[in-house]
Amino acid sequence: MLSAPARIALRTARVLSLLFAVVVGSFWLMTASPVDPVQAYVGADVAAIGPEQREQIVDRWGLDDPPLERFGAWAGNVVTGDLGQSQIFGEPVAVVLADRAAASLALMATAWVLSGVLGFSMGVLAGVRAGTWVDRVLSWWAYLLASAPTFWVGLLLLYLFSVSLGWTPVGGAVPAGSLPGEATMLERLHHLLLPAATLSLVGVSPVLLHTRQAVVEALGSDHVAFARAQGETPWGLVLHRVLRNAAGPAVVLQFATIGELFGGSLLAEQVFTYPGLGEATTQAALRQDVPLLLGIAAVTALIVLAGNAVGRVLGRVVDPRAAVLAA
Amino acid sequence: MSLLVRTTDDLALDTGHEDAVLPGRGRRTRTLAWLGLALLVVLGVVVAAAIVSGTAGDTDLPGRNAGPSLDHPFGTDRLGRDVLERTLVGLRLSLVVGTSAALGSGAIALLLALVAVAGGRVGEAVVTWLVDLFLALPHLVLLILITFALGGGTAAVVLAIAVTHWPRLTLVLTAVAREVAGSDHVAISRGLGHGRAYVARRHLVPHLLPQLSVGTVLMFPHAILHEASLSFLGLGIDPSLPAIGVMLSESMRSLSAGHWWLALLPGLALLVVVKLIDTIGTSARALVDPRSHHL
Repeated sequence: MLSAPARIALRTARVLSLLFAVVVGSFWLMTASPVDPVQAYVGADVAAIGPEQREQIVDRWGLDDPPLERFGAWAGNVVTGDLGQSQIFGEPVAVVLADRAAASLALMATAWVLSGVLGFSMGVLAGVRAGTWVDRVLSWWAYLLASAPTFWVGLLLLYLFSVSLGWTPVGGAVPAGSLPGEATMLERLHHLLLPAATLSLVGVSPVLLHTRQAVVEALGSDHVAFARAQGETPWGLVLHRVLRNAAGPAVVLQFATIGELFGGSLLAEQVFTYPGLGEATTQAALRQDVPLLLGIAAVTALIVLAGNAVGRVLGRVVDPRAAVLAA
Repeated sequence: MSLLVRTTDDLALDTGHEDAVLPGRGRRTRTLAWLGLALLVVLGVVVAAAIVSGTAGDTDLPGRNAGPSLDHPFGTDRLGRDVLERTLVGLRLSLVVGTSAALGSGAIALLLALVAVAGGRVGEAVVTWLVDLFLALPHLVLLILITFALGGGTAAVVLAIAVTHWPRLTLVLTAVAREVAGSDHVAISRGLGHGRAYVARRHLVPHLLPQLSVGTVLMFPHAILHEASLSFLGLGIDPSLPAIGVMLSESMRSLSAGHWWLALLPGLALLVVVKLIDTIGTSARALVDPRSHHL
């Protein structure tokens, strides 16, 4: 068995190797693409530029250099904090990412916390009441949402609350016509409501189902039977004997799904035209902005790997048995 | 852990508690009945799509944007095309995408599971690293990058989906293969001088086939929903083709005009088909591996 520092060092090296591989792999995918970067950049005006100008752009971007050399140049810049220039936004990629991340953070954090708290409480309820109609309704609901496309749920909410009832705005992060700086906190929240509800609604189901399972298992275990024999009350059983068993997997799961929450935000932001990181990703892919796509790939990989690591550590804090089992 | 496509493959939920009263044959019969029914409906979709595919693109401008009626149960879109016919053709396309994912990713998963178990420590380390690598990006972002590398278009999307759905199944198959590899008959076979490739082919593969077939069916929902998501974003199936994602993306334009059927009904149809295939997968697993259903 390895000592704790050695294990941590090994794990860190593994995460770094994965991150490096993601970056190299993404770069390779981008260079392998048959999409002509010059044409993607110039767009419809491509006929208007002559061969000399094209030559200049190719030269400036180093498109004729061997892939390894280009990767070296790009990676060298990344190390110094320069992720390149976004073609569609005309700003450094780092600036675009930071701007968009701020908007997305509010959305994703709300959805993440809501889905975690709701999913866990409903999962505990379903597990404790396993077999009753409460459990049936909650489980059925979770299974149904597990098969529902995120963007479809968003569309339905949009139709119901924005179009029919008119309670919520149709899209955007701030009221139409006002600058991002002018909007009040309340207006921002108002715009955040539906996208966050969409992501929370569909995000509830994995936590709910896993928590339910963990609660059912814990309730059937020997230590619960022993506590019950000692006269522990039903709610005491849940509070003192079951909750912690169920919390471990839920915490790990909730952190492990951060990456997929990002995938969901791509769709929710598209439905609600919410100007966050997800919308930037879609735009970058649609308009073939290679530097921005590379930056997004690197950042999302970092988020996913960090989320997994944090989840694993917290999972061990909540449930020390996990550390014993893994060692 | 996929949130975007939140399947529940790894959870075996004991759905019916009255089953405790009806043990043995009753439950098995009912599972078989569900399986048959779900298969029948999915086949029905394919047949119906074949029948209407000729007329699905027919426009009828005077009758455009009509709500659901007896003539057009799902209504008509902004060009007067019948939404039900387009939905059926779109669902068939989803099934094609699911099939290609099942074939492509199923084969990759089987191969990697064999390498992980028969390939010794190095094989196992390489496979787990590869699985972690493919799980390091949000699946949708990975799909976007691969589609981009392939130049976009329908074929690129189908291929990208086919080659990215193996990590979870690989983990499942590896666990099963490891169990088999530790059993006595494998040890005896090794003792008789059979090589790793022989053991993998003769002793591991037969034991993996049931899990593989169930796992590939349970891959359909992921693949179908990913395709719909990409198409919805405009990065997937060619927008001129009737795919569910494309139709829902178009429906956004007329949502404020109150054309709710364009969004609700195709999405609902997709949800039903995904649930049906999920039912086929979980029912088949309950029959193949009854323990998984009794947790």
